[in-house]
Amino acid sequence: MILPGNTSCQGCPISLAMRCLDEIENPVLVIPAGCSTVVAGLHPNSAMKIPVVHVPFASTNAVACGLKEAYKRLGIEANVIAWMGDGAADIGFATLSASAARRDDIITVVVDNEAYMNTGTQASLSTFWKAKTTTSPLGKRDEKRNLALIMIAHRADYVATATVGYVEDLRRKFRKAGKLKGFRFIHIHCPCPPGWRFPSEKTIEIARRAVASGAWALFEYYNGKLRFSGVGRRYVDKKNRIPLADYLRSQGRFEHLSDEEVKELENAIEKEWEIIRKFSND
Amino acid sequence: MWNLQGNVQTKGYRDGTRIRALLTSNEAIAEAVRIAKPEVIAAYPITPQSPIVEKIAEMIARGELNASFVRVESEHSAMAVIHGAATAGARVFTATSSHGLAYMYEMCWWIAGSRLPAVMAVATRSIGAPWNIHGDHTDIVLLRDAGWIIGMAETAQEAFDMTLQAFFVSEEVNIPFAVGIDAFTMSHTAEVVEIWNPKIPERRQAYRVLPTDRFAVNAVTMGKARMKARYDLAVDLENSAKIIEKSDAEFGNHGGLVEKYRLEDADYAVVMMGGWCGDAKDAIDMLRGEGYKIGLLRLRFLRPFPRKAVKELGGEVLVVDKGNSDIRGVLGIEVSSCGIEAKNVVAGIGGVDVGVEDFCKIFKNFVEGRIGLEWYL
Amino acid sequence: MDLEPLISRMKLGAAGETGLWRNYRPAVKKDLCNRCKTCFSYCPEGVINEEIEIDYRFCKGCGICKEMCKQKAIEMVPE
Repeated sequence: MILPGNTSCQGCPISLAMRCLDEIENPVLVIPAGCSTVVAGLHPNSAMKIPVVHVPFASTNAVACGLKEAYKRLGIEANVIAWMGDGAADIGFATLSASAARRDDIITVVVDNEAYMNTGTQASLSTFWKAKTTTSPLGKRDEKRNLALIMIAHRADYVATATVGYVEDLRRKFRKAGKLKGFRFIHIHCPCPPGWRFPSEKTIEIARRAVASGAWALFEYYNGKLRFSGVGRRYVDKKNRIPLADYLRSQGRFEHLSDEEVKELENAIEKEWEIIRKFSND
Repeated sequence: MWNLQGNVQTKGYRDGTRIRALLTSNEAIAEAVRIAKPEVIAAYPITPQSPIVEKIAEMIARGELNASFVRVESEHSAMAVIHGAATAGARVFTATSSHGLAYMYEMCWWIAGSRLPAVMAVATRSIGAPWNIHGDHTDIVLLRDAGWIIGMAETAQEAFDMTLQAFFVSEEVNIPFAVGIDAFTMSHTAEVVEIWNPKIPERRQAYRVLPTDRFAVNAVTMGKARMKARYDLAVDLENSAKIIEKSDAEFGNHGGLVEKYRLEDADYAVVMMGGWCGDAKDAIDMLRGEGYKIGLLRLRFLRPFPRKAVKELGGEVLVVDKGNSDIRGVLGIEVSSCGIEAKNVVAGIGGVDVGVEDFCKIFKNFVEGRIGLEWYL
Repeated sequence: MDLEPLISRMKLGAAGETGLWRNYRPAVKKDLCNRCKTCFSYCPEGVINEEIEIDYRFCKGCGICKEMCKQKAIEMVPE
């Protein structure tokens, strides 16, 4: 639902993700500050084939809630989509959490490029451990927050992780969310060529390596059950994964890592998988 | 108090029937909201505005008001929710005070710049630090530059009438409208209010967003267009004065942008706004009794600022403020900008009681030429 | 009320002729192409259609189509 000739960088995963929005009926996009704001078009042009309501940074889910409430009362069928980056999920976290707790009947999509990219690659709470950003020049030392697990803890109606590396899987999840009711949350992994420092042609390959090394888990949670997604199922088992170094060393933001640090990160990933497995029913 | 309101409801009155009830300004505003029939209401509690939204929640629960009430987690989200609902075409309402207004400040600019009609009640309370829950005007003056219409009521009746007028005017000019009442002295003080049922037209607005549309609202905009948007808002805010004055008769006949109290032959004029003007008027009467030709220009609106009425003031002018910017009061600055050399007294901050005797003292000092710029501590 | 400053209209090429960004352009070798449409699915810009025709007005030359093509039917040639 995005037209060619938009402002996105070469190889931009957000643009690719927006192409998949045709899987959802009657969409209305709510977009806060971030890359998506610019990709959606600069006045007087809109690059989107669907309506867009641009909003201040921390307000996305609340504006989406207001739109949906009004559409409901006015008898208008609409899938209101709060479409934000990991930056907006940081600054708008209280808004996001309350929206999930209220069970707002909206779809929330977080396009996660693991940094505040639009302002020049500053570290966010979603930035991968030890990654180099302008505010973590020696590698990020903070913990990495897992938004999908947090949404499961809110008992959201539908939670999914996806990646631009597997667009059929992403489209399937958009399609499913578009048909459901209640609070739906989709967390999309978006490798960013300029921010992560890799050639623009490698976006999809790096996204797939993230899944294959276990760095990005693919699953869906609904009706109280967590199920791993088909394309990522084999990597649930540590034995089937590719070495984490294959994923990390393909990106400039990790070029400073020693082998011990890569090992540390492999353990960190496995620790996170232990928590995910506790939720799963597979 | 509630039984009385219950009776008011079951009487089921039509257009033109007036019923008198004993209501606080909070309750009066809630009644006006019920009559205006907004469709989406979102608010976060804060002393002393909480009773407004509590009453509204009760009205909805009892089926007296058919609206969606969204329980938000902050004032920023409250204004965001009503911005979203207004974008889709719904009539909306929220209420706040003090720190809540400060927290939603960014969204206040956004909804005004988006040119969406909305109504907000502000129970004007001091903004810290340090903490203070009582009444002054330091919070509502925050809205001055955002592009809102800002009204200040003096009585519960005026709060009721002005809230109804707010829905009408904001939808006429596509500018959000804030109705200010003094914290506690008005919000929690009961007065006799005539409840009546005016005809408020169907909601209309300059634009709305539907799923079938193919445009974006408020995208990144370069200089000239952005400036044009701000200019349009400023011009329409100026022109809203005409709509406010024209509709004054329909909504309680309170005087338009200002109320002129004993100003016709006055050599001394006091300029004030808000609930404490009631006591000021008593002091005016007492000084008149002593032979001083003194009158009060009560500003009913802070925006659009009543420049014409202020410029027409002859003689000596004193501005008494319940909110300061620096050493000067805010109204003092606004009045001076009209080319008037006014005296300025700042009083009543943090809810410090300023009664009739205090006003008499201040006005006495004024007419006897003993006031420049000072704080009544 | 003048809605112009607030409303942005849908436009193909909202950022102009982004094809000018390219240093390399993707060239499709029709004889090697098996019409799997993987390039169509993964082009971030959406400039490849289902007939594997590329709209060079807007193709930014990112190279993802070349990377994804299992038949090696796409070659990045200098612009």
